[in-house]
Amino acid sequence: MKEKLVVIGNGMAGMRTVEELLKINPELYDITVFGDEPYGNYNRILLSPVLAGEKTIDDIMLNTMDWYEENNIKLHAGKRVSEINRIARTVTASDGLVEEYDRLLIATGSKPFMIPIPGHDKEGVIAFRDIKDVDIMLEATRNYKHATIIGGGLLGLEAANGMMQHGMKVTVVHLSDTLMERQMDSVSGKMLRNSLEEKGMDFRMEAQTAEITGNGRVTGINFADGTSLETDLVVMAVGIRPNIELAQQAGLHCERGIVVNDTLQTYDPKIYSVGECVQHRGDTYGLVAPLFEMAKVCANHLAQMGIGLYQGSVTSTKLKVTGIDLFSAGDFTGDDTTEELVIQDAGSGLYKKLVIKNNCLIGAVLYGDTKEGAWYFQLMRSAQDISDIRDKLLFGESHLGDSGHGGDHIADMSDETEVCGCNGVCKGDIVKAITTEGLFSLDEVRAHTKASASCGSCTGLVEQILESTLGSDYETPESKPLCLCTDHPHEEVREAIRKQKLTSIKAVRRALNWKTEDGCPACRMSLNYYVQSAWHNEAQDDPQSRFINERAHANIQKDGKYSVIPRMWGGMTTPDELRAIADAAEKYEIRDVHLTGGQRIGLYGVEKAVLPKIWKDLNDAGMVSGHAYGKAMRTVKTCVGKQWCRFGTQNSTELGIKLEELTWASWMPHKFKLAVSGCPRNCAEATIKDFGVVCVDSGYELHIGGNGGIKVRATDLLCNVTTEEEVMEYCAAFIQFYREDAHYLERTAPWVERIGLSRIEDVVVKDEAKRSHYAKRFHEAQKISQIDPWKERSTNGVAAHEFTSIKVINA
Amino acid sequence: MSNWIEVGQLEEIPQQGSRVVKTKGFDIAIFRTINDEVFAIKDACPHKQGQLSQGIVHGKKVTCPLHNWTISLESGEALGHDEGCTNVFTARVEKGLISIDLG
Ligand SMILES: Cc1cc2nc3c(=O)[nH]c(=O)nc-3n(C[C@H](O)[C@H](O)[C@H](O)COP(=O)(O)OP(=O)(O)OC[C@H]3O[C@@H](n4cnc5c(N)ncnc54)[C@H](O)[C@@H]3O)c2cc1C
Ligand code: SF4
Ligand code: SF4
Ligand code: FES
Repeated sequence: MKEKLVVIGNGMAGMRTVEELLKINPELYDITVFGDEPYGNYNRILLSPVLAGEKTIDDIMLNTMDWYEENNIKLHAGKRVSEINRIARTVTASDGLVEEYDRLLIATGSKPFMIPIPGHDKEGVIAFRDIKDVDIMLEATRNYKHATIIGGGLLGLEAANGMMQHGMKVTVVHLSDTLMERQMDSVSGKMLRNSLEEKGMDFRMEAQTAEITGNGRVTGINFADGTSLETDLVVMAVGIRPNIELAQQAGLHCERGIVVNDTLQTYDPKIYSVGECVQHRGDTYGLVAPLFEMAKVCANHLAQMGIGLYQGSVTSTKLKVTGIDLFSAGDFTGDDTTEELVIQDAGSGLYKKLVIKNNCLIGAVLYGDTKEGAWYFQLMRSAQDISDIRDKLLFGESHLGDSGHGGDHIADMSDETEVCGCNGVCKGDIVKAITTEGLFSLDEVRAHTKASASCGSCTGLVEQILESTLGSDYETPESKPLCLCTDHPHEEVREAIRKQKLTSIKAVRRALNWKTEDGCPACRMSLNYYVQSAWHNEAQDDPQSRFINERAHANIQKDGKYSVIPRMWGGMTTPDELRAIADAAEKYEIRDVHLTGGQRIGLYGVEKAVLPKIWKDLNDAGMVSGHAYGKAMRTVKTCVGKQWCRFGTQNSTELGIKLEELTWASWMPHKFKLAVSGCPRNCAEATIKDFGVVCVDSGYELHIGGNGGIKVRATDLLCNVTTEEEVMEYCAAFIQFYREDAHYLERTAPWVERIGLSRIEDVVVKDEAKRSHYAKRFHEAQKISQIDPWKERSTNGVAAHEFTSIKVINA
Repeated sequence: MSNWIEVGQLEEIPQQGSRVVKTKGFDIAIFRTINDEVFAIKDACPHKQGQLSQGIVHGKKVTCPLHNWTISLESGEALGHDEGCTNVFTARVEKGLISIDLG
């Protein structure tokens, strides 16, 4: 018999947990949900736009009644649980209904705090929390004239704005002298107040409410200073209190909230809790992003995968008032140890303040223009060193030159604009999926639309579309986990591999508590690379965790046939090589012979079983694999340089050959291309390569981080050197640092932008000891790596099973 | 009707790997999972006929090498939000010998 899971609270955190659970293991439990409110689960955040008349209740339903039925979930909508019996393992609803549980999830959210002043219980004094409250407010806009909101925080201002949209006169009463003082400094708070006043909102700042007056229904407010105000409706928006009574009655340990550990368990291990009702490591939360993170971890434990920890969240806020753009995150006040970058332009209503500590961004307040908010937030959470971009930081990501995604024009972008070239997904498709399917995260958009699910180069754009469609509901990933099988980001995984000396994929999965038994393609390929790049002497390659091209040492084509591209050192060839290629092409009836962009010759349309034979013929003529199929060093493109060209300054071809001999057969996080040009005319296009050399009279310019692919990026000049030996040493060190630092599938261009040129200079240029350390490690690894994989297979019988069928049936 | 045909030994297929059985009309991919379960499905992805035998095998699933669709080895169906299905054949292993039922 299935175990029984009972959920108390049919809100955003509880249902997200159930959804996550169904994703991992839909069969594990019989699920029963109690919800005090008589509906399915709706998006509470969007009550503000509903109040403002911009959305309807139907628009904001996340899980309709049908959804519960389709997923075999028993929903008791409109039933309040009044008792938990931990010994009998039952819950009882206020109408007497009893359900048994094996595991219980408490997701009761929070209650709005009502200031207990005289008169707070009169008719017409309400909170702003649920659909019922919105109904009362909308009703009031039809029958009354004047509403007062107590509390000038996020919620209060959204309520005030909503009521004002219906033509009501609205006064906001606030205790302090700055609106939203928990999210804003005094400058931006003042700007906000000015814009709201322009819209017609009234304020009573630094005012303390003493009493609510009226006979049965509210008619006015008296303040502590003796003044008073007439009003027909009072909305209290002064804060929330975790809803813990039920848990307290059941004897669960509670402080401000229900105390949970990193696996979201209460003091009774059968009972879990998520959402605003919990207190985790001393913090309670009132925004959805952290609650969704909790939901993910909790679901994992409920699914008995037993891994993943919730370790707290950094949060950011945006105000959902149309026409007002405001963003705030982190520590925006700062102190003696912090620095501030500020732009203020009162005339155009712009204000930006960034707080910096130890070269990291730790807080931000944006007013008037918030499109960079997501980027700043990302910088904060990843604690990235910003010294390289400091001078441009205030102007935003799009001012970083090539590095931006150019996505600050999301709003202007037409629905037909193609966002994901790989899967042909347009902006309109993504927006539609987000709104109709109720998506919140990048992974969800990927699963539903396939946008950014393939090459990933449009990830930034998709994130920005999410951000612009959802506003503040968008969960900015902390630092992104390596894949869905783990919560650990790349850096943590690599550190564990180094520190704990993990030399196989299996060992990593075990040490880091992977959520899936044998991983997914994304983590398998990454881990296979990571263990080998850290422990090249000891780690074993796992062919089954390589993409087919790297397993078969040839590129799979769309019809299942393969291509064969032998290496041509430095782009040079000989009549003998050309003859051998021509012979092979004829012998194996090659359909297409093509000159590649990397200065070599490709043979297309080879059956897999024929690969070892054709390799043998090419090997016999002295040729080896060109690794044109791998996340590996590909080619060194050269020009003829000093040997022939009248402008040539150095022997670029010979240097190219030497570099290729140094680097061939090295595995990389992604493909890696080199080039050497004989003079600054740069015929070998060295400035769009991962490592490019431009020869000059005085020696060699070394360029890094170029890319001629989906997004073109010109290289950064790393340094000048004077001898070929130095070129080789710097090249080896640069490659090894890239191999050990970049994420798998991260090309040098985005990597350089992510970690900053100065860090690379520190390692490769400025510090001789580091340079020689990395160069040495590269040489060691190459000793093991430089074996021709074609010869291994064509002559030495390695992996024979890869190229033959197990059985041929002629019937 | 069943039509069991022996195709080879379990050891001939790497764990988390696949080998192909060629028949007159089409190819069948035989998969071996990390737990030595064996599955047989037509070697053609429901998307654009990619050779599933060349994909990465994880859990009881394979990810197609051409455009990353993930196909269930048990049902032959595309998982996630992709739609499509390829033929499944019953497979069994007896004393290390794999047979499939061509029906
Ligand atoms: C107007 C408004 C605007 C907001 N805007 C934002 C925003 O822009 N960004 C953001 O991140 N967050 C925002 N929030 C906060 C966000 O909505 C909450 O953090 C989130 O909904 C909390 O989720 P939860 O599941 O913990 O609680 P809820 O969603 O409140 O769910 C708890 C549910 O449990 C039910 N329940 C309680 N006790 C019992 C019981 N004994 N038996 C049965 N059922 C019970 C309640 O009726 C409720 O339905 C906003 C909130 C409001 C009200
Ligand atoms: S890069 Fe300079 S040296 Fe090389 S071919 Fe061009 S002009 Fe000649
Ligand atoms: S540009 Fe590259 S990926 Fe695109 S079709 Fe041509 S070969 Fe294929
Ligand atoms: S053919 Fe399999 S995913 Fe396209």
